[in-house]
Amino acid sequence: MVEFSLPRNSQVVKGKEHLKPKDAKRTKTFKIYRWDPDKSANPRLDTYHVDLDKCGPMVLDALQKIKTEQDTTLTYRRSCREGVCGSCAMNIDGRNTLACTKPIEDIRGDVKIYPLPHMPVVKDLVPDLNVPYAQYAMIEPWMKTESRMPERERPQTPEEREQLDGLWECILCFCCQTSCPSYWWNGDRYLGPAVLLQAYRWIADSRDEATGERLDALEDPFRLYRCHTIMSCTKTCPKGLNPALAIAEIKKKMVERTI
Amino acid sequence: MIQAYNIIDHTFDVVVVGAGGSGLRATVACVESGLSTACISKVFPTRSHTVAAQGGIASSLGNMGPDDWRWHMYDTVKGSDWLGDQDAIEYMVREAVPSIIELEHYGVPFSRTEDGKIYQRPFGGMTTEFGKGPAAQRTCAAADSTGHAILHTLYQQSLKHKAQFFVEYFALDLIMDEEGACRGVVAWNLADGTIHRFRAQRVILATGGYGRAYFSCTAAHTCTGDGNAMTLRAGLPTQDMEFVQFHPTGIYGAGVLITEGVRGEGGILRNNSGERFMERYAPTYKDLASRDEVSRSMTMEIREGRGVGEKGDHIHLDLTHLDPNVINKRLPGIAKHAKVFAGVDVTKQPIPVIPTCHYNMGGVQTNFHGEVVTMKGDDPHSPVPGLMAVGEAACVSVHGANRLGSNSLLDLVVFGRAAGLRCGAELVAGATQPELPATGNDRALERLDRTRHAKGSIAPAALRDEMQRTMQDCAAVFRTGESLEEGVQRLDAMWEKKSDIGLADRSLVWNSELMEALEFDNLSYQAVATMKGARNRTESRGAHSREDHVSRDDQNWLKHSLIWVNDEGKAKIDYRPVKLETMTDDVEVFPPQKRVY
Repeated sequence: MVEFSLPRNSQVVKGKEHLKPKDAKRTKTFKIYRWDPDKSANPRLDTYHVDLDKCGPMVLDALQKIKTEQDTTLTYRRSCREGVCGSCAMNIDGRNTLACTKPIEDIRGDVKIYPLPHMPVVKDLVPDLNVPYAQYAMIEPWMKTESRMPERERPQTPEEREQLDGLWECILCFCCQTSCPSYWWNGDRYLGPAVLLQAYRWIADSRDEATGERLDALEDPFRLYRCHTIMSCTKTCPKGLNPALAIAEIKKKMVERTI
Repeated sequence: MIQAYNIIDHTFDVVVVGAGGSGLRATVACVESGLSTACISKVFPTRSHTVAAQGGIASSLGNMGPDDWRWHMYDTVKGSDWLGDQDAIEYMVREAVPSIIELEHYGVPFSRTEDGKIYQRPFGGMTTEFGKGPAAQRTCAAADSTGHAILHTLYQQSLKHKAQFFVEYFALDLIMDEEGACRGVVAWNLADGTIHRFRAQRVILATGGYGRAYFSCTAAHTCTGDGNAMTLRAGLPTQDMEFVQFHPTGIYGAGVLITEGVRGEGGILRNNSGERFMERYAPTYKDLASRDEVSRSMTMEIREGRGVGEKGDHIHLDLTHLDPNVINKRLPGIAKHAKVFAGVDVTKQPIPVIPTCHYNMGGVQTNFHGEVVTMKGDDPHSPVPGLMAVGEAACVSVHGANRLGSNSLLDLVVFGRAAGLRCGAELVAGATQPELPATGNDRALERLDRTRHAKGSIAPAALRDEMQRTMQDCAAVFRTGESLEEGVQRLDAMWEKKSDIGLADRSLVWNSELMEALEFDNLSYQAVATMKGARNRTESRGAHSREDHVSRDDQNWLKHSLIWVNDEGKAKIDYRPVKLETMTDDVEVFPPQKRVY
């Protein structure tokens, strides 16, 4: 069950404040969650000041600058820096998003950065995502067919293909997954918005022949029906996708097959 | 020292290093062949840089008009400026057809034509009738996120086949035995700091390119060519490292890629007077000439004072005349990229672009089965037992001196599959493997430990910056003997300073400072190989443009360069002839011609 008061060793304490850069005209303050697995200390919030005139426009640019120039121990995932790989998902200014596509100037006041919420922390801004990865594998996210494969591509009309738009673009950053209160409560049994969106991607594919089996696997009070249409998922998705709609479509399919 | 590390041993039939397009395709093929297969990757598979490929994957399906694999072959040979090996190119373009059908059967959400076939778009250098006909529509696309579509699908297939992944494991070095065979690989598990020794009958390197050797590149932060560097440290050469492709359209400033598919859909490059200048440089195919040609033309425009912007240092990519429906349907991703990274609404304003380091034609020398070969005595094709390489890490060579757009995704799936099939044909599942050489992992651990405890005065990030700027200044779109000489000296000076690096973080769990230092070290070997290879090649061919040697010189340089780099940063260069022979008699060799688009 959920704990409403944090255990003592989870309370975030005030951390180190790094020096302001000299001769900077425009600085922005970043307060960043730090936790070192090698030490028994509580997590802390370290403060850094970044000279915006010498920094790229995105939050990831600031993190890179801090790591290069002020504190090489700061740890986070990053790769593509263009919003397609999903590595740098984190909680910025109270909202889960990708650091690489989040403009610094969109944030008023200090920039507070935490790891994706309600996931075990491996170090600093690196969460352990093994549970959502396993849940993704659990929905068997691959093409299932019984009819014989044609020698060429299986035909699909542009209209049928359009059913996949808004689904196939998901980058598995899990911003939505970890913004969902229902997933915070029941993340061990509820599949969560990212994984359900992926489940619907296959249900919606005119080429896939396992819709019944896929729905059977989701017909469960927890796996699917812990979605209470809170819609945090859709609000936070950095790719502008709508997981809540995908979940609603699955629920509709469940009803349709009983009548 | 070694006792200080917690070492865990594994034995597999095959170990694949890297989980991008080629690594996953190889993994699937190995598992399907019944081989126990481990795929180790420093990032979760769907975060590999294949995910960023936009425009598409070439295949002469002929869905949009007549096409023939021979035309695709001719285009690829011409695109390579005749440095590509024609047997390997024939293999790739013929396999392109079944490979793409297979991807569709796996579930890749390709865009569709009205009659339900895979949608194909024009791309640079892709023509019909051996360069005499109109531009070919050969590039199969899933909107403008084809790499994303393919990478996710291949990961899904790996899940289906229950492939075993070791995610966020950073490969340190190959384990080589005294006979020069590869016997496995040593990797560091970031999550808990343990060291893992993988013993395997075959190691397949699928570690990608080294775009991050340059200051401005389209490549991800993780594109550090770790496999190329491991190969060099194992005393093996890399091939054709002087050939580095600059993509014409990286977003000015951010370096983020804007696909060639934009020009395929009708986008036009314009200079400061709004002129469609490509008409002057490539009268027939204009904006759809090959990438090296377009990047050079753009650079010439900028140099001659016709660039756009305050400093006149970039070019405009204009889509404003395109139907907004085409943009929404075919190019939604780049519309977003342009908005986020250049603040541009593509329906109203042009995108500011500049040639940006994009792809490495060079890499680990292999044959078209994916087997690594090396120079032994006079034989440049002597196999290295136990070692294979695929994808951007490999140099088969199908791209020669310049890769055509949409041939890289093709390279990944075709040669990933080929390597897996080769393993399936040659290995016995579960065969007993001899013990690893006692000193096999010393080198890897010594390097890890030395870097981790480095107490010098220079931050690795500062040296990395020095290297990246040197590459950008001295070995970019145009090169001269002088710039390359300067580059060599600056890199030599940088190499000297490597012994004085210092790190602050001594931990082993997710020590990203240490990982970046090791990645920088990997990049430095490849930077040296590129610079010294470029200085050595006194001709202009494909992406290697020497202003002091402006012509292609088939008399002296119709050959691949093999370059070794030792731990002191010293290089040795040798050569291998280009294979001017086909794989079968179904097509004749395309002899070298003048290259005009």
